[in-house]
Amino acid sequence: MNNYLKLGWRNIWRNKRRTLITIASIFFAMLFALVMRSFQFGSYDHMVNNVVQSYTGFIQVQNKDYWNDKVIDNTFSISDSLIDLVKSSYNITDVVPRLETYALASYKLQTKGVMVIGIQPSVEDHLTHLSKRIIKGNYLDDENSGLLVSERLAAYLKIDVNDSLVLIGQGYHGMSANGIYPVKGIIHLPTPDLDNKMIYMNLKSCEYLYSAPDMLTSLSLNIKDPHDLDATVAELSKKLNSNTYAVLSWKDILTDLVQQIEIDDYSGQIMLGILYMVIAFGVFGTVLMMTSERKREFAVMVAVGMQKTKLSFIVLIEMIFIGIIGTIAGMIGSLPIIIYYYLNPIRLTGEYEKMMEAYGIEPIMPMALNWEIFLNQFIIVLILILIAIIYPVGSIARINVIKSLRG
Amino acid sequence: MSIIETKKLKKIYDDSHVPVKAVDGIDITFEKGEFAAIVGPSGSGKTTFLNMLGGLDNPTEGEIIIDGINIWDMKSRKITDFRMNNIGFVFQAYNLIPVLTAKENVEFIMHLQGKSKAERHKRTRELLENVGLGDRMDSRPNKLSGGQQQRVAVARALASKPKFILADEPTANLDSKSTATLLDIMERLNEEENITFIFSTHDARVVKKARRVITLEDGVVISDEVK
Repeated sequence: MNNYLKLGWRNIWRNKRRTLITIASIFFAMLFALVMRSFQFGSYDHMVNNVVQSYTGFIQVQNKDYWNDKVIDNTFSISDSLIDLVKSSYNITDVVPRLETYALASYKLQTKGVMVIGIQPSVEDHLTHLSKRIIKGNYLDDENSGLLVSERLAAYLKIDVNDSLVLIGQGYHGMSANGIYPVKGIIHLPTPDLDNKMIYMNLKSCEYLYSAPDMLTSLSLNIKDPHDLDATVAELSKKLNSNTYAVLSWKDILTDLVQQIEIDDYSGQIMLGILYMVIAFGVFGTVLMMTSERKREFAVMVAVGMQKTKLSFIVLIEMIFIGIIGTIAGMIGSLPIIIYYYLNPIRLTGEYEKMMEAYGIEPIMPMALNWEIFLNQFIIVLILILIAIIYPVGSIARINVIKSLRG
Repeated sequence: MSIIETKKLKKIYDDSHVPVKAVDGIDITFEKGEFAAIVGPSGSGKTTFLNMLGGLDNPTEGEIIIDGINIWDMKSRKITDFRMNNIGFVFQAYNLIPVLTAKENVEFIMHLQGKSKAERHKRTRELLENVGLGDRMDSRPNKLSGGQQQRVAVARALASKPKFILADEPTANLDSKSTATLLDIMERLNEEENITFIFSTHDARVVKKARRVITLEDGVVISDEVK
């Protein structure tokens, strides 16, 4: 094996310029592919985390009718046994009860339709880290009857901490829901859409306001391993009575976001396809030249007793060397760029900023620092190399020793 | 004791409109330890005959029996292994692997044979010293003269301890001094180690050294002279 490696290594440096050009083509294709994919996946993660970790949670348990008809009547009763059942799933880390509904919020001459979420402040903080988003005033505590108002909403209503906000809505089974509450804190939510309309209040106060004691619209769940999302949803769906509950992942809840990510991902894949074509043709051209100019040498090796399979193996080693050097160089070259933009995300301005905000996403583009992106590109390049050497390996298998020796 | 025997050996190339009989029914035997030259004008069938003896080209008819085995009864992979273990080749254009040093070129076949590192090193050193290149073991072919490269090729041909060595016009690309050195080495190896050499040649100096001269013309043996 060592001998074949040595032979392969030396062979690739016979024509240094050609080998370097091939390595350079792989390097640049890898660099562009890695930077592009890291930007894409970084943006996707950012979008998902924006919404998932500040609002939906990874999974929600809802009344089975709530998703299609989001009214307070489609709620379910909270019980310790239900929470214990949900918590028994291995991947669940936090179970966050919520009562979500709508109201008209009014302060002095300003009025706006808002989303009201009743939360258990200490539990909610585990999932959405709301307390870290306080920009003025204080976070709620479990006994507090005040409100947290999102920053843009507060600006619209021209309301500040310690002012009193009137909420008017419709409670459970048509009950009237009116109340006046002091503002305890202003919070900044990264998602502009949410930042324009959110009010948080203590769950008990919310239940009282909406005449829905011990009723919830959702249990938002945080999970340990996002890769096991689908398995966790399936497990919970089995455990919970489907006549009463629906278990939804964030992908079911944020369908627009998922579609947007998918469309962007397809465009990225098309770009990658073009880059891979560059790599494939570069490698194919090199391997074709390397084999055609060495036919006589191959014939000698076969004549003296080398099996054609071993000869093909040497050619494979040569191309794998080129592929590995190119991909590793591409990885090393892309790492500083990726790390920099991972730590210092690009803040979008102008039209892009407006577009992102219209989607309800904070207008920044971080890069993902994800080893899977590197591994995937590495594997794809190796597969391309394997495909590119099919023809040369075939020509080695068909080599006519006598003709090749004659040159 | 005969190590090679051909029976009614024929090679007809029929890829053109007119079939060409390159070898036309050669019956011949070679004994262990021979130092034989095959001569004849261009197109007489020398190279084709050697290629068939070496298992590189298959005959149209007839048999080649080496140590009792009809080699063309074997499958392609087996013939390749058979060549590796039984036949040494010296080519007109040396055909060393350019990225390997002299030592590594000689070791190459032993490596294919699965010989141990110690054995490979020992034999390589012996062989290269034997052909007068003990001091050039780490030189790559492009740093060696034509004569030196051909001597490495002889050492490589001997590396696998073959039953015989086939050399196709081994001196055709060499100057007279290198030719004389190479012939001396081959003759010494033949005499001292009883190694069988069969070579095709046009070179009168080679013919002069040979102890058996087989003359081909139009694919048939027209004379077979033992000196």
